[in-house]
Amino acid sequence: MQFALLIFEPPEAFAARTADENDAYLGAWRAYHKALIGAGVLVGGAPLQGPDTATTVRLKEGQRRVQDGPFADAKEQLGGFTILEVPSLDAALDWAARCPAASVGAVEVRPLSPEYLRRVTG
Amino acid sequence: MSGSDQESTHRTIERVARESYGRLVAYLCSHTRDVASAEDALSNALVAALTTWPRDGVPQNPEAWLLTAARHSLIDHVRHQQVAVASEPTLQLLREESKEMTLSAEFPDERLKLLFVCAHPAIDPAMHTPLMLQTILGLDAARIAHAFLVSPTTMGQRLVRAKTKIRDGGIQFEVPQERELPQRLDAVLEAIYAAFGIGWDDLAGIDQRGRDLAEEAIWLARVLLQVMPEEAEVRGLLALMLHCEARRRARRGAEGRYIPLLEQDSQQWSLPLIAEAELHLAEAASRGRTGRFQLEAAIQSVHAERARSGRTEWTAIVLFYEQLTRISPTLGTRTGHAAAVGEASAPEAGLAVLDRIDPEDVSAFQPYWAVRAHLLQRLGKASEAAEAFDRAVGLAEDPAVRQFLLQRRG
Repeated sequence: MQFALLIFEPPEAFAARTADENDAYLGAWRAYHKALIGAGVLVGGAPLQGPDTATTVRLKEGQRRVQDGPFADAKEQLGGFTILEVPSLDAALDWAARCPAASVGAVEVRPLSPEYLRRVTG
Repeated sequence: MSGSDQESTHRTIERVARESYGRLVAYLCSHTRDVASAEDALSNALVAALTTWPRDGVPQNPEAWLLTAARHSLIDHVRHQQVAVASEPTLQLLREESKEMTLSAEFPDERLKLLFVCAHPAIDPAMHTPLMLQTILGLDAARIAHAFLVSPTTMGQRLVRAKTKIRDGGIQFEVPQERELPQRLDAVLEAIYAAFGIGWDDLAGIDQRGRDLAEEAIWLARVLLQVMPEEAEVRGLLALMLHCEARRRARRGAEGRYIPLLEQDSQQWSLPLIAEAELHLAEAASRGRTGRFQLEAAIQSVHAERARSGRTEWTAIVLFYEQLTRISPTLGTRTGHAAAVGEASAPEAGLAVLDRIDPEDVSAFQPYWAVRAHLLQRLGKASEAAEAFDRAVGLAEDPAVRQFLLQRRG
């Protein structure tokens, strides 16, 4: 079963991305990635650039509305996502707890929806 | 009634609730097998106590008072159920018992039966511990959920399902027969140990699950010991947990820094807890029936010796691990064995023990990688060690452990 870990990070975590090689947060992420590969559960995923790079688009009554910044105004922002193939939600939650972002921000766990994908793709 | 009197009444209610919860629930459901209704009835009784006791004073026998109130609530509940016909026998039973019941506290302790019900083979093993924590100790689903890393709603549903199975599935409230007792008792002990959740606390190989329930687990083991004072393994389990608990303070340094067992300041270990653990272990040993938990406690006892002698007798630890891996060849035991061999003889020998474990089994088992990294580092195999360190860091949940391992990795 596939799950997405949606990784929410505070500004400090985004800042750590440009820190030097010895940064603990960076090191933790490197190790976490290796552990995911080693356990054979990683399907895919990607980090996102910081929320200051975000642009949000809406169409309201036919009018384009473009907003600088992310969709939701919150201290913790979506920093990336990881897709895992694991046997159960319990296993996905285990991996979420090990994610370095879990101790500084939050990790939301959601099952992917292959049924909906089939309806959309036909 | 003055404010401080009220406060002390509330404290009394809390204390009675804590100490009597399991006894009362066990007794209330021992005939009906309806754990959920018994819990509801007891919580109604506790609410009633909160209004009545501050006004009228704490009854002479608080436990009996709660039992009577809970029983009334249970009878009301059964009466109000639509299925009056089906529940008539239950009602009859409750009425008869009510007649016998006087306000004395002399009601049988059925907690042992309830513990065996919670760890019954017909119940999902993953629910053994949560059921015990809820029915014997009265912990709420949310608290249990956090410790077991599931959502509170999910834990609530799983608990309800398990209790329905107990009520409707024909699970008997009884202490198992001699023949099946060892196996059934093992399930009870396992469930209590799962709540403790320290797994294996050497070289930063830590399974964090349920760790904040350590005190509750010790409480459960004490309850079990009260009702099964003759069982060596019950004492073994209690001794094991007390030894680990004795080191709680020494496990963290300034700013929450993680300190592995071998580097802990033994002066910070709790001597009274160690002494109590040793007493239980000696008493267990005198029964001449060794078992998994006694062996694990014996290993911790050797570690505790360092507080006195200043050194660790690794050869003794290896011997205990050899026995342990024969009767309980779990990943944790085999990893612990490898670490001990690595200390007692040489890192190569430790690695050889690790290499006998199927790599498939340890892809997500953190302690294995922590020990492997440590042994490789001692051999001077820097790049292999770094790889193993990364796996151990990536599988760690505690940021302090992660930090510690990253520093070791260099």
